[in-house]
Order: sequence, then C-alpha cells, then structure tokens
Amino acid sequence: MNSPARAQDSNWGLVFACWLIACVSMLGSLFFSEVMGFPPCVLCWYQRICMYPLVLILPVGLFPFDRNIVRYALPLSSLGVLIATFHLLLVAGYIPESIKPCVQGVPCSEVQIEWFGFVTIPLLSGLSFLIITALLILVHKRSSK
Amino acid sequence: MKQKHLVIFSAVFLLIAFVAGAMLYSSQKSDAALQAYQRDKSTFIRENAPAFGNPAAKVDIVEFLDPACETCKEFYPFVKKLMAAHPDKIRLYVRYAPFHAGSDQVVKILEAAHRQGKFQETLEAIFAAQSSWAPQHRPQPELVWNHIGGVGLDIRRLRHDMNAPEIEKIVQQDIADAKKLNVKATPEFFVNGKPLPSFGYDQLKNLVEEAVATAY
Repeated sequence: MNSPARAQDSNWGLVFACWLIACVSMLGSLFFSEVMGFPPCVLCWYQRICMYPLVLILPVGLFPFDRNIVRYALPLSSLGVLIATFHLLLVAGYIPESIKPCVQGVPCSEVQIEWFGFVTIPLLSGLSFLIITALLILVHKRSSK
Repeated sequence: MKQKHLVIFSAVFLLIAFVAGAMLYSSQKSDAALQAYQRDKSTFIRENAPAFGNPAAKVDIVEFLDPACETCKEFYPFVKKLMAAHPDKIRLYVRYAPFHAGSDQVVKILEAAHRQGKFQETLEAIFAAQSSWAPQHRPQPELVWNHIGGVGLDIRRLRHDMNAPEIEKIVQQDIADAKKLNVKATPEFFVNGKPLPSFGYDQLKNLVEEAVATAY
C-alpha cells in the first residue's frame, strides 16, 4: 500500500476475486441442479437468493471501482453465511428434525454429494460465502483507513 | 482497460467451462449407462416387469415412470405411437421410479393388477384419472380406487396382493435400479441401454429410429 492508486488496485483485485467466487458458486449450483439433476432444497434456494445477485452487483462496483460496493454486497454474503451455517448444522444433525424448514420436496438434511468423505454442497456454499464476506470486510477496512 | 478485459475473459472462460462440463457429464453418463447395459441387462430389464410388444424385438425401450408424473402420462400415447410405427421391432419394459410421496402405493396397485394380467388397462385408467387422484403432484392413493372400477379387476384380490412382500420387493428393486442408473426425473428412457441425450419427444424418436435402423 505505497500509493493510493496501488491500494485501490489491490482492493479492486479483492472485489474481483469475490466476483469470481460468486460466479463459480452460481455455475456450480446450476451444474448440480440443471446438469446433474439434483433438485435444490428450500435452504439451497435461500442461499442462491444471496449468491446470484452478487454475480451482478459486484461487477457494477468494479467499473469504475466503487468501495461502497462492500455496503451493498456484504448484507447478502453475511446472510448467506448464516443460512449455510444453519444448513450445515442441519445436515450434521445438531439441529433437530422438527424445526427444519422444509416439509415437502427434497429434505434439506439429505446429503446429495460427498466428495472425499466430507465436502458437501452446503459446505461449498458456506465456504464461498465466508471467503466473500472476509474479503469484503478486508476491502472495507483498508479503504476506510 | 486491462481490468475490463480480465472480467470479460473470466466470464467467457467460466461459461465455456460450464458448457463443456455439461457436455462431458452427459456423454459420460450416456457411456456409463451403455456399458452397464452391455455388461448386464438385469438392471434395465427386470424379469416379469410389465412389457409391451414383440418379446423377440431387437430394440428395447426401458421406461422408468411414476404413475403420478404428468409428463409420464403425456409421453404414454407418444411411446405407443412410436411402437406402432415400428411394429414388432420394439419391446417396451415399464419400470417404476415413484418419486412422488405416495406413488409407491399406486405402483403396488399396478403390480397387483399386472398379476391379474390387466397392467395396461389399469395404467391407462390411472393415467386418465391422474388429475383427480394426484392433484398438484400430491398423490392420494386411496382415491385411485374410484377410477379403476371399470377395468375388470378382482379388487378384493388386488387389495390383498398389493401388500404381498414380493410386490414390496419389486418396488424396492425398481427404486434401487433407478438409483443405480442415475434416474433423477421421470420419465427416463433407455433405448438399448442408451439414455436420451436431452429430454424431449424428438430425442426419443431419434434414438429409437437410430436403434431400429441399426438392428434391422
């Protein structure tokens, strides 16, 4: 952070990274549902509601770079973290069946993929939201200095 | 400018990766099904499964259906037409993928009717009345009884048969085979082991005509 221009460049890079993560998450979720045919459960839909807008909102803040983008994107990504956490706790069984929100369709506690024995769809979602949120907070801290 | 290029390049790259991934996935899925079919047909063609057409036909269509599925009902006359267009060259095997909650009860009714040699009539009656007993994709199996009276079934025997452990076994077998064959939606078709490249009437028609042309 030698000069304001370079600091802005690296902030741009961070928001760009957030956008890439959001894009990969969106395409990944569409691959699971549209290509592989896994029906999304209710909680997945809520997480999509938080993730998909980021794909459109973040690039708006990239050209020209606007550090206020954090203010618009952070509510979505932090809500996403909360929903994904809830989903993970549900899958892990820490939240009892009776208060799970999906009654019909696909049960949210069903594990549809499991890579390497522990990587599940809600875990991927939670990681994406967590990284995006962390990067956005970093951008905010740096640019408010 | 450089930044703009970076974003555009990334977007294009991700989209291409997505499309390529989808194509790769579908061709791998198709190859896997075909290989499984060539290795062992029993996952596709269960002995005693309800079947239509010439038993010696060289082309077989395996259809996984759910009696409560609207699209299955829509496809039924189409498949019949396809078979009529190639008389004696196609055999259709009906398998079950009861994805709607409650559908398994209806499948049991169908299998019990199959024991009485009245599968086709019962299936047609059940499809015809689908909107009455399964409104908004919510099957109410007890309503099915109101619609199969005209088929000429021995209802008392049917009610007894449908709870037989052998029929429960058939339902479980079909669900297990559907899972094994990666059937995620109904109807799913396999024509001599090949799944549809994408879902649709034309795709099924092409696949069947291709298979008929190769076999005859």
